[in-house]
Amino acid sequence: MSILIDWNSRVLVQGFTGREGTFHAGQMIDYGTQVVGGVTPGKGGQLHLGKPVFDTVAAAVAETAADVSVIFVPAPFAADAIVEAALAGVRLIVCISEGVPALDMVRVKHFLRSTGSRLIGPNCPGIISPGQCKVGIMPSRIHSPGKVGIISRSGTLTYVAVDQITREGLGQSTCIGIGGDPIIGTTFVEALQLFREDEQTEAVVMIGEIGGTLEEQAAAYIGAKLGKPVVSFIAGQTAPPGRRMGHAGAIISGGRGTAAEKMAVLRRHGVQVVENPAEIGQAVKRILG
Amino acid sequence: MKIHEYQAKELFRSHGVAVPRGEMAETAEKALAVAETLGYPCVVKAQVHAGGRGKAGGIRLARSRAEAEKHISAILGMTLVSPQTGPEGRRVRKLLVEQGLEIRRELYLAILLDRECEMPVIIASCQGGMEIESVARDHPQAIFRVHVHPASGLFPSHIRTLAFQLGLNKAQQQSFTVLLAGLYDLFLKSDASLVEINPLIVTAGDEVLALDAKVNFDDNALFRHADIAAWRDTLEEEPLEVEAAKYELNYIRLDGSIGCMVNGAGLAMATMDIIKFYGGEPANFLDVGGATSTARVKEAFKILLADPNVRAVFVNIFGGIVRTDLVASGIVEAARGLDLRIPVVIRLVGTNEEEGQRILRESRLDFVTENVLAEAVRRVVELARGA
Repeated sequence: MSILIDWNSRVLVQGFTGREGTFHAGQMIDYGTQVVGGVTPGKGGQLHLGKPVFDTVAAAVAETAADVSVIFVPAPFAADAIVEAALAGVRLIVCISEGVPALDMVRVKHFLRSTGSRLIGPNCPGIISPGQCKVGIMPSRIHSPGKVGIISRSGTLTYVAVDQITREGLGQSTCIGIGGDPIIGTTFVEALQLFREDEQTEAVVMIGEIGGTLEEQAAAYIGAKLGKPVVSFIAGQTAPPGRRMGHAGAIISGGRGTAAEKMAVLRRHGVQVVENPAEIGQAVKRILG
Repeated sequence: MKIHEYQAKELFRSHGVAVPRGEMAETAEKALAVAETLGYPCVVKAQVHAGGRGKAGGIRLARSRAEAEKHISAILGMTLVSPQTGPEGRRVRKLLVEQGLEIRRELYLAILLDRECEMPVIIASCQGGMEIESVARDHPQAIFRVHVHPASGLFPSHIRTLAFQLGLNKAQQQSFTVLLAGLYDLFLKSDASLVEINPLIVTAGDEVLALDAKVNFDDNALFRHADIAAWRDTLEEEPLEVEAAKYELNYIRLDGSIGCMVNGAGLAMATMDIIKFYGGEPANFLDVGGATSTARVKEAFKILLADPNVRAVFVNIFGGIVRTDLVASGIVEAARGLDLRIPVVIRLVGTNEEEGQRILRESRLDFVTENVLAEAVRRVVELARGA
């Protein structure tokens, strides 16, 4: 299997006719993702990349039975797009947009709890189940189907890990970029819960970074419940406190959220933590043999 | 984004948060005039984007005109050095002159986003005037927290809970209620990431007001606050970071000797970590991002080379969406236009890497190319040492 997306996923693109939406929707279609249409308010009725364009997500869902939506709208409109997708009953919402205000996400996150929708992101590369379905902006070429689940707060570092896993001949079940913002839809723990239930996933690579406590929460879950080996890398061991390192969520504040603290907690719960990201692939290979 | 105390207090006033009377001054004449208008005692406060001003001699009480003159001339233009400014300190260009108040109690009050609970949290403490981190460490029972759910918003019970915990009497509670309601409104409406009052004081007249004021904003929300964005004081920021921001380059200056140019924030952090792992010191964090055009690569190079501590440069690009051949062309063009006198180690892997390598080779520029990460880092660490 895989988690969250597979052959059957029917994908909508919000911000379909924009530059980013057009480029990445094209890439997704090339990968074999069932892109069933898109949404751009005011352009309903047109065809774009051979797919129907709708004015609203509700109309798109009614017409296409889409169950997944990927958002490429500019950050000021991202919260609105997420809420619209959730109200239309979209099961999985993937928000790629970077720069969404944190207080918008506070409202969105609590609202989503009253719906049946799951959000991935924002500020993320998306999700891919190699060989089946890609919903996001990751380079398809480096992925291969296999048995390692990958979860990461960083885009490029995910690609680095995926590339190594592919070269080791292991492949990936599903790779999720959960996003680099302080408030995100799906956390490490939630992704791990899904990987736990997935038979295809035999090991998990978790790439964290400074800021917040998502890694610490994950460590406790891994130690108590996961039952599958985890290899982890935490970026930002040399980051100065109080500075935001590119990602809005990557900041050590009040002495909390350091890489050293996260690495220690993960190790205490039996996670294999590597200090050099170039060693992620080998570490997984050693565990899975 | 950070702002000055005097700006934060202006924002406080507009949201009904009580602050002492006072005014900002950029010249000694103006500062003295403000002091004379306020009367004595008054307080002369250095305006810099850093804490620890009091201990650094940047906040002084004047009981007379003579003292005010003395303090104004001592603080205005001084280089203020505190644990938060770094050893080079900050030049004081602005003063805030405020009325002196009779202080009965010093408290602490802040609002910030609790990432774990995913909602704003109000933090209060009876131990004002001290660093909240040390209070949290040494006297965790002296810190009170109230979370505000976005669906409920702030209710009087939130405020009452804190007022009782802080031990405020009835008159003080009334004053505190108005202040906190205003402060929470400010936090939400201006997309703050932190508002902090340390100390929050209770006066002899049972008034509660903000003696200090600190507000940080969510950079991602500045697009809807043009008035606040206009308050940005680039003189308080690292000049190379200001320059980098013009080209939308995510650059943070550090104090090492190896300049780094990387795509992606996570990989940029990891690159710094690996440099340190192999015994080197990164000179910066620099994420050139996904849209790596020749112009951006060139500007990034210029910024790296403008740091006199940089002895070698490490370019680490993992081409996913980014085409490494385009990055290679950018590097070559940038290097040709610049007077490159220090070694440059380049690791280019991913999309079109053979073509990228060919472009670097055929440029006949003196680059060191190495695609094994550990080897590339070892090499740049050696070169930075002058090997």
